[in-house]
Amino acid sequence: MRLRPNRQQVNGLVWQIVVVAIAVAIIGWLWSNALHNLSVRRISTGFAFLGREAGMPIADTWLAYSPRDPYVRAFIVGIVNTLRVAVIGIVLATVLGTLIGIARLSSNWLLSRLAAVYVEVLRDVPLLLQLLFWYVLMQGLPAARAAWKPIEGVFLSNRGLVLPAIPLEGANLWVIATAAAGLGALYLLRRQLVARQMADGIARPLWPYALALLVGLPALVSFGLGASWTITLPELRGFNFVGGLTLAPEYFALLIALVTYTSAFIAEIVRSGIQAVPRGQWDAANALGLRRIFVLQRIVLPQALRVIIPPMTSQYLNLTKNSSLAVAVAYQDVVSIANTTLNQTGQAIEAIALIMAVFLTISLGISLLMNWYNARIALVER
Amino acid sequence: MTSITDAPQNPLRFDARSRRTPAGRAIRWLRANLFASVTSSIISVLLIALLAKAFISLVQWGYWNAIWIVSGNQTGPCRSIRGFGACWAVIPEKYRFILFGTYPFNEQWRPALVCLTFIALFWVSSRRNWWRKELVLVWAAALVLIGVLMWGGVFGLSYVPQDRWGGLPVTLILATFGLAFGFPLGIVVALGRHSKLPAIRSLCVLYVELIRGVPLISLLFMASVMFPLFLPDGVNIDKLLRAQIAFVLYAGAYLAEVIRGGLQAIPRGQHDAADALGLTYWKKNGLIILPQAIRHVIPPLVNTFIAFFKDTSLVLIIGIFDLLTTAKTSIIDPAWQQFSVEVYVFVGLIYFVFCFAMSRYSRQLEAQSRPG
Repeated sequence: MRLRPNRQQVNGLVWQIVVVAIAVAIIGWLWSNALHNLSVRRISTGFAFLGREAGMPIADTWLAYSPRDPYVRAFIVGIVNTLRVAVIGIVLATVLGTLIGIARLSSNWLLSRLAAVYVEVLRDVPLLLQLLFWYVLMQGLPAARAAWKPIEGVFLSNRGLVLPAIPLEGANLWVIATAAAGLGALYLLRRQLVARQMADGIARPLWPYALALLVGLPALVSFGLGASWTITLPELRGFNFVGGLTLAPEYFALLIALVTYTSAFIAEIVRSGIQAVPRGQWDAANALGLRRIFVLQRIVLPQALRVIIPPMTSQYLNLTKNSSLAVAVAYQDVVSIANTTLNQTGQAIEAIALIMAVFLTISLGISLLMNWYNARIALVER
Repeated sequence: MTSITDAPQNPLRFDARSRRTPAGRAIRWLRANLFASVTSSIISVLLIALLAKAFISLVQWGYWNAIWIVSGNQTGPCRSIRGFGACWAVIPEKYRFILFGTYPFNEQWRPALVCLTFIALFWVSSRRNWWRKELVLVWAAALVLIGVLMWGGVFGLSYVPQDRWGGLPVTLILATFGLAFGFPLGIVVALGRHSKLPAIRSLCVLYVELIRGVPLISLLFMASVMFPLFLPDGVNIDKLLRAQIAFVLYAGAYLAEVIRGGLQAIPRGQHDAADALGLTYWKKNGLIILPQAIRHVIPPLVNTFIAFFKDTSLVLIIGIFDLLTTAKTSIIDPAWQQFSVEVYVFVGLIYFVFCFAMSRYSRQLEAQSRPG
């Protein structure tokens, strides 16, 4: 008797078989319909179309691109455009959101009220509406000739935001790479110094190393390679700007909308994270006579981070996914390019599959990074 | 509630003397809340200056210099004040199109009534003491009424085809039906993801992760271009219905995750007790586990509802006439083209009122459900 599976197990097995059979049947039916429809409409399946000439213009790109390039190139340009909005947006939204979250908890009544209003208003209006709003405002800016000049070299007009920039090429890139490597070395060095201080209690200064690695070495490389660091100021020539870095109105509007919208959510996460730190921590720090900023930086925020990181990860994912609203203002991110491709070639399944693949990869990347960070800052239980 | 805002930084707070007169109280409040320290005072002064400047220019733009009404389509005066004053005249001119789209002009009392029905329905559903089985009947009746009013064709109402619907009713329909069908779907998927049966669990995980991993607008593209490919010859589903299906799938995946959170919060002992009573799987979940799980996650559920309500605006991208699309379309008219900011502010206010009401409600529920 005992060897016979009990009723529950049999039930479970039957249920599973039924559900899987239904799922398979539905998918199979849809699939056969799709195959039939595709053959009727003479659309070939497969990714061969990626090699064909795209013929679509892309206005705002960082990579060299012409309409004569194949679809695969257009897709790569789109992915870079998506990342360009997402990465910069995430950094700016984090900074802004953290500031507003802290402002909401300020003992200054006016500041905390203002932060609360900011959060409420931005959270309760659809992002797409905000995006269109910013875009309309950008278009309503004066023409290039009458551009606003808040600071010398910065122009805001209906052509977008134009900033002074240092052209990054050859020698400059090497200098930056040196500085980045120096930063990595400094990080390792700091760990070692801390470990040695733990061992013998003697504090060793880090700043001489920092100076050498971050300033001295890059300066040497710069001098050795003869890198030029002249800033090119944008100038108005004819109807458009020459030189400098131009943020197109589409990109700028999308960035502002994503950053302000997401920052409202991040502010709430930061606030709840800070509030999750027990009152006693503040009291203890106050009793020691520590300054508020110091308490926030060194005592409260590190603990709050443990509560903050998981929901923050989903906000980063949301921002990345929301960047697909680009299509509404004709900024060509990967979704917009896939949509154009789909309309030109009829390869709906492949285009949607590409979008899914791109976003699943990005999401996975962000999740991995944030989980790694989360594991690092997690409480070490002894 | 503990927060660092009410840290007793100012010893004056407990000074009994200044508490007596209203003026003294006001000064005390100001000192405690705006001028507690040097930094705080500097921030206050800067903010007051900034606010005053923003307020004055807003009032100048939105009220003093604004034009409220023009006759005919004479937007000349409006154009001359552009940048200095708002042209609110666009709202009385276009509000019926923004709210109801291309619904026949003389019949627009019907979508108006539909919107009111929706609002009444939401209000009824938000009362905690009315959460009973009868509510399901109320919903069914209301949805039938809404269908009758929108389509017509019975009771002497003229028939209005679906492609003439637009504006606020479409937004409310997409949101409400998306939730009404997405919610049960979410429950089923959450249960499936929580179940011990591996095949069912992996199907549910796959569904949730695929839907949540991609942007909503790619789902909408899929609904508008791919659904027709997947259906047999000759079957043609209306565009609105296709978008509605996409929304149901989307809402189902997100709600499933929220409900799963609630399921995880139910102690093991509840399951054991129900099993010991010999309840079947469905009875156990329907009578014991789910009611508790859902009660746990009501605030995040309401937050998901808010996000979902806002997200319905994305149908603009596939050309369905919801509130945002009608707003955008209303200003294609060359005479009014330049006054989109005013229209967006108007529509933004409508969205804000709905979402703010929901978020207040969620706050209130949270306060009620907090232990102690």
